[in-house]
Amino acid sequence: MVSDMSVSMTLLGLLEREPSHGYDLKRHYDTFFSRGKPLPFGQVYSTLGRLARDGKIVVGEIEPGVGPERKRYVITEQGATEVESWLTEPVEAEPNLQTVLFTKVVLALMLGRPAEEYLDRQRAAHLRRMTELTEIRRGGDLVDVLLADHGLFHLEADLHWIDTTVARLDALRKVVRK
Amino acid sequence: MKAIEARDVLLSFGETPALRGASVSVAPGEIVAVMGPSGSGKSTLLHCLAGILVPDSGEVHFDGRRIDTLNENQRSVLRRDQFGFVFQFGQLVPELTAEENVALPLLLGGVKRAAALREARPWFERLGLAGLERRRSGELSGGQAQRVALARGLVARPGALFADEPTGALDSLTGEQVMDLLVASAREQGTTVVLVTHEARIAAYADRQVIVRDGKVNGLVHS
Ligand SMILES: Nc1ncnc2c1ncn2[C@@H]1O[C@H](COP(=O)(O)OP(=O)(O)OP(=O)(O)O)[C@@H](O)[C@H]1O
Ligand SMILES: [Mg+2]
Repeated sequence: MVSDMSVSMTLLGLLEREPSHGYDLKRHYDTFFSRGKPLPFGQVYSTLGRLARDGKIVVGEIEPGVGPERKRYVITEQGATEVESWLTEPVEAEPNLQTVLFTKVVLALMLGRPAEEYLDRQRAAHLRRMTELTEIRRGGDLVDVLLADHGLFHLEADLHWIDTTVARLDALRKVVRK
Repeated sequence: MKAIEARDVLLSFGETPALRGASVSVAPGEIVAVMGPSGSGKSTLLHCLAGILVPDSGEVHFDGRRIDTLNENQRSVLRRDQFGFVFQFGQLVPELTAEENVALPLLLGGVKRAAALREARPWFERLGLAGLERRRSGELSGGQAQRVALARGLVARPGALFADEPTGALDSLTGEQVMDLLVASAREQGTTVVLVTHEARIAAYADRQVIVRDGKVNGLVHS
């Protein structure tokens, strides 16, 4: 499941790349992020509405004619700052993050951001959590040990994914850059 | 003062650069895990920190003393008196019994045989090896042999323990038992530990993790 937060940050990130019409935004989103589950137009426009209300984007120009398809959305300074801090802040180190991590990596590469640096931070956050769980495990009873192990194995799987992805960043960069 | 420190260490094997400006420091009593891809230079770094290899340039310090400028003989004395080692395959001496293997660093340091064996024996109880004192390495399981190797690494109460993939040949449960014992014993003795491992679950036993990539050390960003 991609959270509303991820959708909204992804659309904002795509707008940092270039001002777009709602239709193009949806098309770019679906190409890279929807994994076969297209983003409904309704959600695109409601998200854009919220972003505009919060001052993160503005309508850059209105071309001749009427209707939503004529509007081009432009990111504001505040919106760009928001994208920056979302990408920079490690995701909370809990299992099943692959979708968010994947989205962050692809978006960072699209924007020419240092994806490897973000992944290094994520690795540090994961290792820190694993160290905590190992500590809990050491002092705990068997139930604590089993619960901590569950977390440790999932985090370890994420780390394998992070390592493999780092090794493939150059290839991935070529795929997502236009 | 740092217990162990490498500053800008370069080392090549012929044309192959293994370390290209590696810097790392480990505080007294700290347990640091060295992670990184295969061939990145982890073992080479460990060997430099432990005075086994001498860097082409850069400095290595132990306990406030520069050790990369010592000659072969001085380094060998330093290793014998100050350092303990555990490697991936226990490297026990097959002709000796388990307790003689544990006593070996003391024997090599000039301790009399009876006294050395007296020091060695309590480790068997402590590491869950009671009854195996007289076995030879061929008669021990991998996990048992690795615990004997751990006892051998710690018996002389070294200032630093250097462990290179100490759990690499063990299944994950046995590996974790060895790590539990390694960490508990090192903490009890205040031993500084440098632990090379590519497994995150093993590295998580350390106080801190660093990553070696292309012969350089990246400290992790701990925000
Ligand atoms: N004795 C040697 N002679 C020649 N080259 C060597 C020697 N030891 C290591 N190397 C080379 O130096 C580089 C670093 O090797 P090192 O053993 O330090 O890697 P590592 O990180 O410990 O890898 P692994 O995880 O596979 O043990 C590699 O390119 C390796 O081939
Ligand atoms: Mg190695």
